[in-house]
Amino acid sequence: MNTNTQTLYTVTVYSENHVGLLTQISNIFTRRFINIESLTVSASAMKGVHKFTITCYCDEKLIEKLVRQIEKKIDVLTAYCYVDDEIISREIALFKVTTETLMANNAIESMVNRYNAKIIEVNSLYTVIEKTGGKAEIQQLFGELEPFGILQFVRSGSVSITRSKYEHLSDVTMC
Amino acid sequence: MDNKESVSGSVSLMKSLMEEGTDTVFGYPGGQIIPVFDALFDYRQKLKHILVRHEQGAVHAAQGYSRASGKTGVVLVTSGPGATNTVTGIADAMIDSTPIVVITGQVVSPLLGTDAFQEVDIVGISQPVTKWSYQVRRADEIAWAVAQAFYIASSGRPGPVLLDFTKDAQVAMTNHHYEKCTSIRSYLPVPKIDRNSVWQAAELINSAQKPLALVGQGVEIGRAEQELIEFLEKAQIPAAWTLLGASVMPFDHPLNKGMLGMHGNLAPNLKTNECDVLVAIGMRFDDRVIGDVNSYATQAKIIHFDIDPAEVGKNVDVDVPVLGDVKETLPAVAKLLRQADHDDWIESFNTVNGEEYDKVIVNEIYCQGEHIAMGEAVRIVSEKTDNSAIIVTDVGQNQMMAARYSKRRFPRSFISSGGLGTMGFGLPAAIGAKIARPDRTVCLFCGDGGIQMCIQELGTVMQSNVKIKIIVLNNRYLGMVRQWQEMFFNKRYSETPMLNPDFVKIADAYRIKGRKVTKREELEEAVAEMLEHNGAYLLVVDVEKKGMVLPMIPPGMDASNIIMEK
Repeated sequence: MNTNTQTLYTVTVYSENHVGLLTQISNIFTRRFINIESLTVSASAMKGVHKFTITCYCDEKLIEKLVRQIEKKIDVLTAYCYVDDEIISREIALFKVTTETLMANNAIESMVNRYNAKIIEVNSLYTVIEKTGGKAEIQQLFGELEPFGILQFVRSGSVSITRSKYEHLSDVTMC
Repeated sequence: MDNKESVSGSVSLMKSLMEEGTDTVFGYPGGQIIPVFDALFDYRQKLKHILVRHEQGAVHAAQGYSRASGKTGVVLVTSGPGATNTVTGIADAMIDSTPIVVITGQVVSPLLGTDAFQEVDIVGISQPVTKWSYQVRRADEIAWAVAQAFYIASSGRPGPVLLDFTKDAQVAMTNHHYEKCTSIRSYLPVPKIDRNSVWQAAELINSAQKPLALVGQGVEIGRAEQELIEFLEKAQIPAAWTLLGASVMPFDHPLNKGMLGMHGNLAPNLKTNECDVLVAIGMRFDDRVIGDVNSYATQAKIIHFDIDPAEVGKNVDVDVPVLGDVKETLPAVAKLLRQADHDDWIESFNTVNGEEYDKVIVNEIYCQGEHIAMGEAVRIVSEKTDNSAIIVTDVGQNQMMAARYSKRRFPRSFISSGGLGTMGFGLPAAIGAKIARPDRTVCLFCGDGGIQMCIQELGTVMQSNVKIKIIVLNNRYLGMVRQWQEMFFNKRYSETPMLNPDFVKIADAYRIKGRKVTKREELEEAVAEMLEHNGAYLLVVDVEKKGMVLPMIPPGMDASNIIMEK
């Protein structure tokens, strides 16, 4: 897929917490051959309501159609799509390096400080660094750490919050 | 309303179906649904069960039942293969917006996920082709789930719902208490009418010199046939219909200008690219209607009446969407319309359609050739039923001929598999239609290919004494594919010629009266005999082998590429 001409969209979906909904929603992307870049699902601020945050590369017309198809699902309360300017997004990443490299010089520790990352576990064998931030920032840290040897790396999908004052879900009449 | 009483899950299901006004169920028993069939035995006076011969037939019959009556069709089958056999029918109901509730049996809940005997993940399989699909694992959930199912299936844009009942839920005891479902917080069946778009639509129509309305099944589903006529008459808008909208307007209404799409009439197809305002009402701009999307009605402003927001702009960019139930939106817009006079524009359709009549139609319906033409047989059946029968079709040339050359006087009189194009749909759908409307004549047109896809349902016709009239247009080919091969594949007739059985003998084996006609002189008399016979009848009409459905707009092309002659 040529992602150069396409925009990264973040789709947020509020739904009932029902079994099988994830497949129904991801199927809507599959049918149009859209690859989901990241996906997180968790409870929302409202009891019994779940929030999906899905990112994908797409064009504007298609993403609007996909959102309407998602909203059409019986158990979906509402769905929206955003471009990066409209939201604040964060990912979390964990890096595992050997404690030996950490101790060898100050480079890694100063990197951790510069990136506003945290060391969350240290033992004789390895050290785990946690970084929360934007996708690009995490990628950059990965690039800097790589020469020192990364034992393990994992990153979450992004979670997002809108720049508007209210959570959009308040549009939906709750009954 | 029932007060709380302790009953088995299966009885709770029966009671729930009765609460929803169900009087007919199409089904087939099997291991994991026996408890429900056992309960049905006590309800058989109130809940008529039609035993089909294959689960696909049950779904198509329920579809035919629903399309003829407007009620929700109900299917009852077992787990595993019984459930997977329903999938084609469910997909058909989904794409054609037909309300049905499919009840499947399932293995006991402790065995779920273990590859138990006749276990299949039917909820997972059916999810992409249902409006809602849900597994009931506890008897206490049954009344709630059935209420949800009927509400979801029949409200808004209707569609199929599947309920999968584990066997333990069928046998466990529950305090049955039924409450109809009237709302679901995550589901808005009918969008709120936007006054502004109503006003904009009216303004556009009032300013139009050459308006054209495209009418779809949505009008029939919304029971807004009368509202449509008032709307069209007030602003004098000529109208054309989609395949599924074939019986929305009476054939003889002066504003009815014929059929849209690949095999539609010449005038509405050409005029789509000539009109200044296109008013789409309860239709979804299927590719078989629009052809080449890039040259489709680019000169026109498009207004789209629909109940489903996901349809707006899906295939064609729309200038003014009017969301809501057509029963409300049509009168709302009509109120703001000015009386208009588009006599010349309306008359121009007749001129163009006249050209089609001379070049194509007359030769088809009053054929002079050696063999009987398909359209000729359709015309005679339509005439002899005073254009008042319910016409059911299978898929292919028979379907297009039936749509083009039968005439419909009343709504809900044309039942066909539109979106999915399911061969085999016709026979079971005709059975369902006749059961829903025993007062009406039901005529099925099918090909020699399609009849054989669900031919086992002749057993249902026999056992339940369903008095349908089956007309097999036998050209000994898979005719529509043969036509494409002739036109676009260099006459390489790959796997389309068919060696057929003696259909009359098959009918006879099922104690159904049958007759074969090969000569034109016998045709009228044979049709009369078929219609006079008090019972099911199978009429085989041997037709021209190389018959073609014309005109034809080649796939993906615009109407200017229309092919009129062979």
